[in-house]
Formats: sequence, C-alpha cells, structure tokens
Amino acid sequence: MSELDNSGLIRLSAAQLAAKLAAREVTSVEVTQAYLDRIAEVDGQVNAFLHVNGEEALAVAAEVDAIRAAGGAEAEALHELAGVPIAVKDLIVTIGQPTTAGSKILEGWHSPYDATVIKKLRAAKMPILGKTNLDEFAMGSSTEHSAYGPTRNPWDLDRIPGGSGGGSAAAVAAFEAPLALGTDTGGSIRQPGAVTGTVGMKPTYGAVSRYGAIAMASSLDQIGPVSRTVLDSALLQEVIGGHDPFDSTSLTDSFDNLVAAAKTGNVEGVKIGIIKELHGEGYQAGVENRFNESLELLKEAGAEIVEVSCPNFKYALGAYYLIMPSEVSSNLAKFDGVRYGLRVLPKDGPMTIERVMAATRAAGFGDEVKRRIILGTYALSAGYYDAYYGSAQKVRTLIQRDFDAAFAQADVLISPTAPTTAFKLGEKLDDPLAMYLNDVATIPANMAGVPGLSLPGGLADEDGLPVGIQLLAPAREDARLYRVGAVLESLLEAKWGGPLLDRAPSLQAALDSSSTTAGGSN
Amino acid sequence: MAAINRDDVAHLARLAHIEMSPEELDRMAGELAVIVDSVKSVSEAAGADVPATSHPIPLSNVFREDVVGHTFAAEQALSGAPDSFEGRFKVPAILDEE
Amino acid sequence: MSVAAILSFEEAMEKYDPVLGFEVHVELNTKTKMFSSAPNVFGDEPNTNVNEVDLGMPGVLPVVNKAAVESSIKIGLALNCKIAESCRFARKNYFYPDTPKNFQTSQYDEPIAYDGYLDIELEDGTVFRVEIERAHMEEDAGKLTHMGGATGRIQGADYSLVDYNRAGVPLVEIVTKPIEGAGSRAPELAKAYVAAIREIVKNLGVSDARMERGNVRCDANVSLRPHGRERFGIRSETKNVNSLRAVEHAVRYEIQRHAAVLDSGEPVIQETRHWHEDTRTTTSGREKSDADDYRYFPEPDLVPVNASREWVEELRATLPEPPAARRKRLQADWGYSDLEFRDVVNAGVMDSIEETIAAGASASVARKWWMGEIVGRAKTADVEPSELGVAPATIVELNQLVEDGKINNKMASQVLDGVLAGEGTPAEIVEKRGLAVVSDDGPLLEAIDAALAAQPDVAEKIRGGKVQAIGAIVGGVMKATRGQADAGRVRELILEKLGVEG
Repeated sequence: MSELDNSGLIRLSAAQLAAKLAAREVTSVEVTQAYLDRIAEVDGQVNAFLHVNGEEALAVAAEVDAIRAAGGAEAEALHELAGVPIAVKDLIVTIGQPTTAGSKILEGWHSPYDATVIKKLRAAKMPILGKTNLDEFAMGSSTEHSAYGPTRNPWDLDRIPGGSGGGSAAAVAAFEAPLALGTDTGGSIRQPGAVTGTVGMKPTYGAVSRYGAIAMASSLDQIGPVSRTVLDSALLQEVIGGHDPFDSTSLTDSFDNLVAAAKTGNVEGVKIGIIKELHGEGYQAGVENRFNESLELLKEAGAEIVEVSCPNFKYALGAYYLIMPSEVSSNLAKFDGVRYGLRVLPKDGPMTIERVMAATRAAGFGDEVKRRIILGTYALSAGYYDAYYGSAQKVRTLIQRDFDAAFAQADVLISPTAPTTAFKLGEKLDDPLAMYLNDVATIPANMAGVPGLSLPGGLADEDGLPVGIQLLAPAREDARLYRVGAVLESLLEAKWGGPLLDRAPSLQAALDSSSTTAGGSN
Repeated sequence: MAAINRDDVAHLARLAHIEMSPEELDRMAGELAVIVDSVKSVSEAAGADVPATSHPIPLSNVFREDVVGHTFAAEQALSGAPDSFEGRFKVPAILDEE
Repeated sequence: MSVAAILSFEEAMEKYDPVLGFEVHVELNTKTKMFSSAPNVFGDEPNTNVNEVDLGMPGVLPVVNKAAVESSIKIGLALNCKIAESCRFARKNYFYPDTPKNFQTSQYDEPIAYDGYLDIELEDGTVFRVEIERAHMEEDAGKLTHMGGATGRIQGADYSLVDYNRAGVPLVEIVTKPIEGAGSRAPELAKAYVAAIREIVKNLGVSDARMERGNVRCDANVSLRPHGRERFGIRSETKNVNSLRAVEHAVRYEIQRHAAVLDSGEPVIQETRHWHEDTRTTTSGREKSDADDYRYFPEPDLVPVNASREWVEELRATLPEPPAARRKRLQADWGYSDLEFRDVVNAGVMDSIEETIAAGASASVARKWWMGEIVGRAKTADVEPSELGVAPATIVELNQLVEDGKINNKMASQVLDGVLAGEGTPAEIVEKRGLAVVSDDGPLLEAIDAALAAQPDVAEKIRGGKVQAIGAIVGGVMKATRGQADAGRVRELILEKLGVEG
C-alpha cells in the first residue's frame, strides 16, 4: 500500500503522517509497527525508552485503521492526529504501563489513573509507543540521573541527550517516535531539544494540565510537546492543551489557533528582542555563531531586531535553585514506602515506621534527588525561609517585571536555548553547579510562566553538534512562538537544503564509531 | 548567611526522613555549601518593597462544586501497597517500644 | 507511666491564675472532601471513600471544595470574625503515615477568618467573652489502628493499619486568643466554650457536630502563673479531648498538675499531653522539639481564595439566628422563669418545646408534657428526649383529649406509653385500650342505683339536704366503674335522681 519503506515512513513528520493516514495511503498499524521496529533496532544503544507498549499501541492503531476503513461519521470525527504514534515521558502516569519517574522508588508501580494529557491522547486515538527515560523525577540536565541508565544522544552516543527529558528528545531525534510528551520545569523540554536537534515547546504555565505529571516543582512544571518540526508541536499542543478542572492552576483562556499560527509563513514587522544577558560571555562560540545567523535570517525576512535588557535574569538561576528544591522537598515527601512503591527495612535497630521511611528514601532516591530535597528542606526551614524561599519569590517578581519591560519593546524574545552543545557523558556528573548552569537561558521562562520554544539552529562549527534557538513570548501568546518558530525553521531548512536531522549521522555509523568504553553511567 | 555544615545536613536529613551514612553527610555538606554560596546573592536582590510571587500566572477562586466523583475499590487503593491487611495499609510500629 | 502529683483544685486556685487556650477542630459535613471529589462519609469499609487524590498518589493535584469554603466563612461570621478579602492555603510539612502526602494542606499566615469573639454564658448566667484569634481551613488525616501489644495503644503496638477514608475530610480549626481571668471557673468555661462551638456549627448546619464521632475535637492549652503576674507560664497542650465532660475534667486536672509542678520548683515542660478518660488523667506526649519545624510555604498547587464582600454578605444573609440570641427570645416569648428555662435547656428539650408550640400547644402545656412526662421516659430509655419518638402533634392531640374531658391526666400518661409502644395515634389507643372517660349515662345510672341501694341511709341524708354526704355515693360509683366515670357527671346524675338542687 505504502510507497515508502519503513526507513522512509519513520522520517516523515507527524503532519505528513497524519495526511497520509487520512488519505489512506498508509495504515496506522504500518506506521506504529515501523516505529516499534525502529525502537527494537536502535534503542538498545540509545536507551530512550524505559518501557515499550507495543501491544496496546498496535491495538489502538488497528482501531483507527478499522474506523477509517469503515468510513462514515465516525471516520469523519477522527482527530487529525488519530493513528499517529507518540512516546510519553515516564514522569506522566498511565494506566496499563509502569510509571517510574526514572526512580528506583517507583520501580514496578502501575498507576490506577491516567494523567489528563494521557486521557486526551487516548481520546485522539494516538497510539502510545511507550515511556521515555528521564533524570530521576526530572532532576537533571543530562538524563544521567536516571536510575535506569543514561540515554545517549543520537548525534553522538558518547554524549548526553540533555535532560531531564533526554529520553523523549532522543526518541524523536533517533526516529523512534514522531512525537513525544515532555515536561519542563527549568528547561527539561527545550534544552534536550537544543542538544538533539529537535523541537521542544514549554507552553504558558497553565496551558496544559499538570494532573498526572508527577510533580517536581509545582509552580514551575509544565507539560509540552517534543517533535521534529514546529508545526508538529503546534498540532500536539492543540491535542493536550485546554482547561482541566482537576488542575487548579489550569487556565480557562482560549488561545489563538496554534496550528494556523505555525502556517502563517511570515514575520514581517514582527519585533524580535535579543536578550542582552542571555548570550555572549559564557556561551560557546559555535552556539553564538548559529544564534547570530538566525538573527540575520529573521532580519532578511522582514523582522525587526531590537536589543532588550533583563538585568534581573542574573538572579534567576539562584532563585530557581531555592524555589525548585523547596517545592521538591515537599512534593517528594509522599514517597515513603507506605502506600505504593518501594519499601526498604532498616538493616538493624528498631523497626519503626519512621526508620522504614528513612531507609526507603535512602535506598530509593539517587544522589541528585537527595541533594535537592536537603537543599529545599534547608531553604524552607525556620529562620531561613525569609532569606531563601521568601527572597527567591521576590526575585520572581523582578524577573516578571523584566519580561514585562522587554515585551513592551518586542513581540518575541530570542536567545540560544543552552550555552553549549551536548557535553560528554560523565563530564559534569560530579559538578552539580556546572550541570545547573546548562539551564541558565531556559529558567527565566519557568519563573515567569511564559511560553518558550526551542528549535534547531544548525550545527556548531567546532564540534558539529546541534545548537538550539529559543523564542519566548508573553504568557498566553504561545501562537506567536509557533508563527515565528515555523518561519525561522523554514528559512534555516532552505539554507541547509533540508531538515537538520537529515545531517545527523546514521545511527548505525554512530554506533560503529562509538567507543565501547565511553559513557557516564555510574 | 551561615555556611551549611555537617550537623545541619544531619538535622535536615532527619527532617526529610532520609537515612545518611557519615560519608554521605560529609559529601552532602561539601556540595551544599557550594550551592548555598552560589545562591546567596538572591537574598540581596530584591528590596522589602518587592512583593513575592508564588504563582507565575495569577488566578483566584478556583473551586469545585460539592458533587461526589469517582472512588477506588479497596483492592484498587491497595494495589500498589508494599504491605496491607484486611483492606488497610499495614505499616510497622509507629513508636519504638520503650 | 507514672502518675503525676497533683494539688487540690482549691489550693491551686489559691496560688495560681490559669490561662486557657483552645484549638477546636470541626469536621464539615460537605458531601465531598476538601480537595477531592471522594465522598465525605463516616464509617464505611476502609479505603473505599478514596480516590487517587486522597491516597496522595504520584501526579495528583488538589481542587478546593466551594461548599467547604462557604461553610468556613459561615463559621467565621458566626464567631464574629473578620473574613479575609484574600487568603491562601499553605503546606504544613511533617511525616506521619496517616497523612498521605506527608504534608497537610492547611492555612498558615493567611486564615480565612480572624479577630472574632464569642460570648459564653455559664450555668449561673455569667457571660464570659472568649476572643477568637482565627478560624482556618484544612484537611483531616486518615485513621490509624494500632495492632498487637497489650493495650491497642500506640505504645507497644507491633504494627499499625491505615484507613484513608477520613483523609481529606474538610476541617475548620478555631483558635482562641489566650483566655485570662476565668479563675476557678476555668474548667466550667472550657466545657461551656466547646459546647458553644458545637452548638454554633450544628445550628449553622455545617457540621454533624457529633463529638463521639470526632466531628468536634478539642485541644486544650493550660498554663498557670502566680496571681498578679502578667507574663504567661509555660503551657501544656492536651490533645483530642473529645467530650464536653472530658474538656472540663482535663482542664481541671492540668491546672492541678501544673500547680504541683510549679510548687515543686520544677519548670513546666512545653509538651503535648494525652487525655485518658478511664483514669481522668493526662500523660506526657511529645515534647516540643526542632522536629516541629513544619516548613510552611504557600501551596503552589492552589490559588488564593478571594472572598468578595458581596459573597460574604450573601452568606451572612443565610445565617440562622445565633443560639444565645434565640434562647433569649424564646424565654421571653414563652414566659418561663429563669429557672424553668434553664431546666428546659439543660434537659435538651428547648427545640422540642418550640416545635410543640408551633404545632398548637400553649407554652405551659408543652413544658408540662416535655418536662413532666417525656424527659423521665427518655432517661429510662437512655436516649435524648427528642429521639424518643414523640411527635409535637401527638402532644397537641393528647392535650386536646384531656381538655375535652375525654380522658383524664392519668389516662393520658397511659396513652403516651401506648404511642411510644407503637400502638397508634392517641385516639386509636384510647379506643383500643378502652380508656375513654365513661360518658354514656346508661351504665352510670345503673351504677348509681346500685350505690344508692347499697347505702340507703346516705341516700336519705342527701334527700334531707345534706348534699356534702354525696361523696360516699360518688366514691361507690367510681369504684364500680374502675375510675372511668367522670366524677362531675356522676354527681350531677345523683342529685338529679334524688331530686335535690346541687
């Protein structure tokens, strides 16, 4: 039926797949099976998936195919993305598959309920391929903090795929899935997107329900799309977004049509603000070059480039590392070995529940999680609250004011997504602070709740690895990002002569050249 | 602000219910000292007149009507429990026997 | 556990001045929980009134129950509090297996209601004003059952079982300011205060207010200071004192215990105490320590509650008359003396009397029935008078039967027994039991003839004008009719028969 072989099929964008499915040029079972085959072929090396959900995915695919084959009203009513498979970050709870959050403490746990976004995927009849790897409880920028081994970057298997959503980004970059869900607390969708040459979108806080995403830092967390094209992210955000009565912080606003925005096709007269504080010093030269190249392209396309200053962004990282761990310390208190998950008994001494909880948490949590819990406990404790948590919440106000002032001068803001390209596995594992610096450009958006999109900006000259370009818009103006992002994407692809991922080494070649001893798994 | 030391970490680990070996306490104290040092500028960033922001997008009065929704059967509630007995979660003694 | 030394209450009062404080937790009777849509129901199978939110499953989020907020505002208004224009929820972080998230969602620096007062009337009519510091919203914990060991208590248990049905039930915690100046009436005031809170929340309809089910729970703070000193002493907090009587006894005991500690020259320890109903003593619980660092911070998963003035006034308009004001009004309306009214209140029949009067009885008739007939029966049956099963209409009907001369008071009491035995309505019982006062003259005349024939000399005296001798004949008739005759009618008929003017 299909003119495409499997390797052609899996390289199609979600929008292209959707069109072929609607035209009945290909079946969902064929598409889903092609992805499952790809996962079987390469995931032993990439380790993007913690669980593969083949049987259920194929069942959903077959159901969609049957509806399409029957035609009529039910076929008409199918969602545009019906039958297009998707991978889900393992921080999001799903009935019928394990949910681990990348942690030993939840090993083997099955949720008795579905996250709201999962209900929406099911309603749209999108086959769920499986659950993707992440830094434990989404804490990290490299996916090395997963209790189930690191995910590797498809561009270079010795390098990190970013984090915490390295699994979702790597799965999409390695053509193991056309789409994925991520979560972004300080950059966990955008930074992996940047270093894997994929698109990642953190929507406005409250645009997508958090119900069923295992909370890391409640006031910063947001679920969002991961894809290979800007349009695909827009399509996916339309599926998962919207008000949810189960999430008190969910917005009731109706947004501008995101897909239409991604198809607008021009940026003439759009004011784009370069954030003075988010490039230059501390940013890799190759990152800076690709960033400047994107600015030139946008200018040529008729956008007006202005420079804005956000002087309080220099406090953002520090404030983030007070607010996030504080909320973490409270959100992760529930993992205690009483109601679900791991229970570990103390080796000796009295067998009290208090000691069982302490032994369980000691054995179940990894070092980075413990570090953040202790840091957050400190920041909230009596005598320190005002100086730490209280001050950090004030910095949040200052960051919002900076954004307000910047958006008075520009429609969207632009910066590199991450200061560097993908670093080597293990390189920063013993230096938490160096690891934290990776999120310096992505954190301000979480602090202020504004949307941020990362798209591929090319390859750095010095290492040939992907560079991400970040676009930021005011709260609720997600559509602007899709509009400007899609235009920049098409300008860049015209320059490259095709998608950036076409230039990625074939995984087989990467596998061959990869040294077998490399890796930062510990 | 006072530097964070090993005793502080021991106290925090107790509050957070995480058992830690002496080596872990030492290592954690060293790492936290660096992190705490790097975030201390935050406490001087904003003046007293700056209000705190706890929610990125301000909302208020988000309520649920008082209507009964779904519940779990006891087996479902206990499905992930490490230990249970007669429909209830079973936990070791709460107090140490004196 | 050793029994603490105590001073006599009188001696304690001679030396020291007590300062009290109360934290009363009221469970609201909303249909669902504070932050989840699971049902708020008492006594079902364990872990069946729960969903993922109540179990603190990974990924869950809370959503505030609007009805619970409205109930909280009503409580605040009834306690003469200010209602915050804006308030927030906060997380109180502590690990305990009955707390599914290992934090309690509560309110900290921004309670929904604050700065109120309540005037408490003691039994002798003295009015004592208790200042209310705050009333805030929070959620209840699950229920732990301690198994194994000898006592079933937490000490020495082998393991515990957790039921989360109660987890997330909406609570309002009412906190007083320090209560000074109660002196030797402190125990009595303690009981009256908790009784007043219970009465208010019941009257508002926001709580079932059943203390035996834990709907109203009291933590009582007691400290002593030497007379004349301003600074407060160190306080103890006696937890979960769950009956009115126990509140009175616990405060009294703690005053005596503190006095003994102070007398010995030792400092009082700031600690929680446990109340034991069996021995009427408290034992040491947990000392205040740095483990009590609850690390409160604003609940990031919930947004502020803004109570607009319009909303508050709307709720205020729905408030029922406050119980104390209502009592004043009823006493005046019914014309009862202070003593009569207090007896009615203490017997717990005020509401029943009000209903009976509404059904058509006079105030004195209603009181006569409830106080004279029903309270005693209720006591024998060991139930509340209102729960005995006497409908106001029954009393009205019984009274009417007496007034119409169809039955006398003695029979009416028997008819009431019949009603309570489920034999039917008063009229039906009069019929079934054949209790009607005999009013058909036929049988009476026969009885009179017989009585006159039996005592011809008396009959002669009456004929001769000695009407006062008639008693002997009436007595004979009454005896013959076993008391069912109307004595007045019997007299009339005798005089008629003998042709004498009465």
